[in-house]
Amino acid sequence: MKHPNWNGFVEGTWQNEINVRDFIQKNYKPYDGDDSFLSGATERTNALMKKLQNLFTLERQYGGVLDIDTATVSSLTAYSPGYLDKDNELIVGLQTNRPLKRGVCPFGGMRMAKQACEAYGYELSRKIQDEFKYRTTHNDGVFRAYTDEMRAARKCHVITGLPDAYGRGRIIGDYRRIALYGVDKLIEEKKKDKTALQDMAFDTANIRLDEELFQQISFLGKLKEMAAMYGFDISEPAKNAREAIQWTYFGYLAAIKEQNGAAMSLGRVSTFFDIYFERDIANGILTEEGAQELMDDFVMKLRMARHLRTPEYNELFGGDPMWITEAVGGMGEDGRTLVTKSSFRVLNTLYTLGSSPEPNLTVLWSTSLPEGFKKFCAKVSKDTDSIQYENDDVMRPDFGDDYAIACCVSAMKVGKQMQFFGARCNLAKLLLIAINGGYDTTSGMHIGPQMPVMDVEKLDYDEVLSRFDIYNAWLMKLYVNTMNVIHYMHDKYCYEKTQMALHDTSVERLMAFGIAGLSVVADSFSAIKYANVKPIKNDEGFIVDFETTGDFPKYGNDDDRVDLIAKDMTHRVITELRKTKTYRDAIHTLSVLTITSNVMYGKNTGATPDGRKASAPFAPGANPMHGREENGALASLNSVAKLSYDDCRDGISNTFSITPEALGKNDDERVTNLVAILDGYFAKMAHHINVNVLNRETLMDAYENPEKYPNLTIRVSGYAVNFNKLSREQQREVISRTFHEAI
Amino acid sequence: MTGYIHSFQSLGAADGPGIRFVVFMQGCNLRCGCCHNPDTWECGVGKEYTPKEVFETVKRYKTYFGKDGGITVSGGEPLLQAEFVTELFRLCRDDGINTCLDTSGSIINDSVHLLLNECDRVLLDIKYTDEESYKQYVGCSLLKPMEFLKLLQEKNIPTWLRQVTIPTLSDDEENIKRLSDIAKSHSCVEKVELLPFRKICKSKYDNMGIEFPFEKYDVPSKDTMKYLNEILAASRR
Repeated sequence: MKHPNWNGFVEGTWQNEINVRDFIQKNYKPYDGDDSFLSGATERTNALMKKLQNLFTLERQYGGVLDIDTATVSSLTAYSPGYLDKDNELIVGLQTNRPLKRGVCPFGGMRMAKQACEAYGYELSRKIQDEFKYRTTHNDGVFRAYTDEMRAARKCHVITGLPDAYGRGRIIGDYRRIALYGVDKLIEEKKKDKTALQDMAFDTANIRLDEELFQQISFLGKLKEMAAMYGFDISEPAKNAREAIQWTYFGYLAAIKEQNGAAMSLGRVSTFFDIYFERDIANGILTEEGAQELMDDFVMKLRMARHLRTPEYNELFGGDPMWITEAVGGMGEDGRTLVTKSSFRVLNTLYTLGSSPEPNLTVLWSTSLPEGFKKFCAKVSKDTDSIQYENDDVMRPDFGDDYAIACCVSAMKVGKQMQFFGARCNLAKLLLIAINGGYDTTSGMHIGPQMPVMDVEKLDYDEVLSRFDIYNAWLMKLYVNTMNVIHYMHDKYCYEKTQMALHDTSVERLMAFGIAGLSVVADSFSAIKYANVKPIKNDEGFIVDFETTGDFPKYGNDDDRVDLIAKDMTHRVITELRKTKTYRDAIHTLSVLTITSNVMYGKNTGATPDGRKASAPFAPGANPMHGREENGALASLNSVAKLSYDDCRDGISNTFSITPEALGKNDDERVTNLVAILDGYFAKMAHHINVNVLNRETLMDAYENPEKYPNLTIRVSGYAVNFNKLSREQQREVISRTFHEAI
Repeated sequence: MTGYIHSFQSLGAADGPGIRFVVFMQGCNLRCGCCHNPDTWECGVGKEYTPKEVFETVKRYKTYFGKDGGITVSGGEPLLQAEFVTELFRLCRDDGINTCLDTSGSIINDSVHLLLNECDRVLLDIKYTDEESYKQYVGCSLLKPMEFLKLLQEKNIPTWLRQVTIPTLSDDEENIKRLSDIAKSHSCVEKVELLPFRKICKSKYDNMGIEFPFEKYDVPSKDTMKYLNEILAASRR
């Protein structure tokens, strides 16, 4: 097939089938130079950004939510077109009819939508509430099917944050397909897939798929309608860079209008856009300044994306995040780098528009990346604390070279794989429940197999471990079954029609489980093994505290004695998870990631054998516990690097904060040294790192004087936040974390 | 053979080029008033390691060293355990790890000669540039480090001169010029570094129940450091 809008592109199989990767591989131009070609912000960009900054300030002054449309159920065509500045925008489209005004998506759960409105002083319209009396939401469905045990596990917080009352998210539509093929072609292909079903056995799976395809096709139609409302016909392929960005953005916009998912990630678009930039520049219709301007305008739109969430949700996932994750860079399977000038341009938005937590810019690092790009990334990290790094050399063998990251650390092949998101279970609490024979001291609930409380003067490693195994087996089975209920219901009542229309019909599914408290459990087992841990009982005979005497190796010091315990724990968990069959034959994956929920998980967990006090926060993600690292930053990185990606295919998050002085004496040294650290860490096959280069004093000052730091961005576990948007408790926890300082 | 070691810092970005794994040796022959590691003074205490054990630890960080980084042995005074450090450096060099010695240069003997043969670079403290201050605040003669520098020159070992800038003691132009003259007269000197005096070590003194001799001095301002570095750069030209 040929299309006039494809003129100038190198031909390939991408013309005969939906295959964005082939298009990229045939057409992109690797760039191995430095950042000197980049343009700054234009006056137009500055003026628009100023306007947006004022809106952000207003939003902050309004307590975090500028406005809510409480009378409309958010969908693709539910709102009249909205603009930030109609005459000056290069890329258009807003979620609702006004910038930063939030829409309501009740299909995930009515209660959540209602409470979120109330929390900000609004009331969800009677009409919507009445209409939903006769509709089943995802949340309704889940609670119809939940067993008593599932409810109990949820209530005592041994499994928390499950997407059972809100949209699951973590699905990345291949929004690029719209730009490359136009919507008509996508509809045509989906229709073919639907027709092909008629020769198959009409069993549950195929009937479900048939209905899903109907919905996908219908929403591709709505997508066209939505674009038409903004004056664009997106039936045909984009003919220039501006259209390519606009078409792609419409896809993303449709997704966030339809779904209030936990993480609504973008994918891997910059190198795809680069092909269009290069073509336009070669044709003399675009300059570097113009290319940057388009990128800036696009990113500005992404920075305006908002979802309506409850304060309880923010307690888990602080900072009002959308996880608009864009994967940048990486290497191709043929050894050429996927870094293009547009990889630089998208990072450059942190200068042209100022630092920002969104989009969640994620550099796919490889030790083979061009030096110029490595240095630019390090410079951006040092200056803005706004980007994260994930190991392309570790992910590429599994996911190829056209994968992206959903949320923080979840890799998936764009348009070919999707994920069933599953939050995380509390491993530290599980250990305490095991020691207490099926009793949770924090909630006062009996849960799991009932056994005697461990009755010993000193905890024995082997005994505790075999106890732990029993409870691990119990919880992981329950966890898989709970997830099966959730995702069955989400597919049934809150199916992602737009996003799934931008996937292959035969999509591969991943089911992502998670753990919190890994470092607490590793250190606790280490204490039990190498020191003396005496359990202390309360009047009712339950163990509520521990007296730990003697020294023990602590995770975070590159000491195999304890690091391998941590590694072994993840293996035990995933092994048990794999024993229970998943909904739609999804592949079990595991993450070590907490986002900001490490504070809440800690709050709901009693004292642990490692000496952590009851209610004290856990370390985030796979980080060692604060203040236990004795041999400096690299020792800590080495410990985390030992966790196996084979066991944790959904990612291993590590957050690293270092003072500028500890990184080097001047800017040049800091850049070179940060590159060396990233190369060194990833050469050890570590998976992920968030980098902050800042002083604790800055954060303390921001804690006291938030008005002085309206745009202070920091990386937490797998994403970035505006420091001011965290709760006071989350802020204190971030401040208390280990900062690697100069000696 | 074993050495007494105070501690390890896996990420050193201030003691030599690139990312350095820093080994702090235990025991020092000097008692400088500005010392920020009083806990490394006492000899014959601390944890004992064989050179091989330390080398095995350093090796775990090789991927971070890049083309510039490596091991730095500091202290304390590494020259007090020269044989140990020699063996450690030999093992490192055989494995392609760059070796750097951070020293006061106050000891010269046969073992020190052998150690220098294993050093890729030396960071030499020139604590003051006048004999009187050296005697008063360090407790030895300026001639010692000067003799050490001469040795480095003979052996042609790349050297960084380092000095802690302490207001009223070493923040005057004359001192900087003398320091620069020393550098100029030794071609082995690649770089001269001024390190701002800091007082965060006070808690260490408090914990040890001893007085921090230089508590009374201020820390230099950023402007002072900038000014002195400019003078240094100008006079080095």
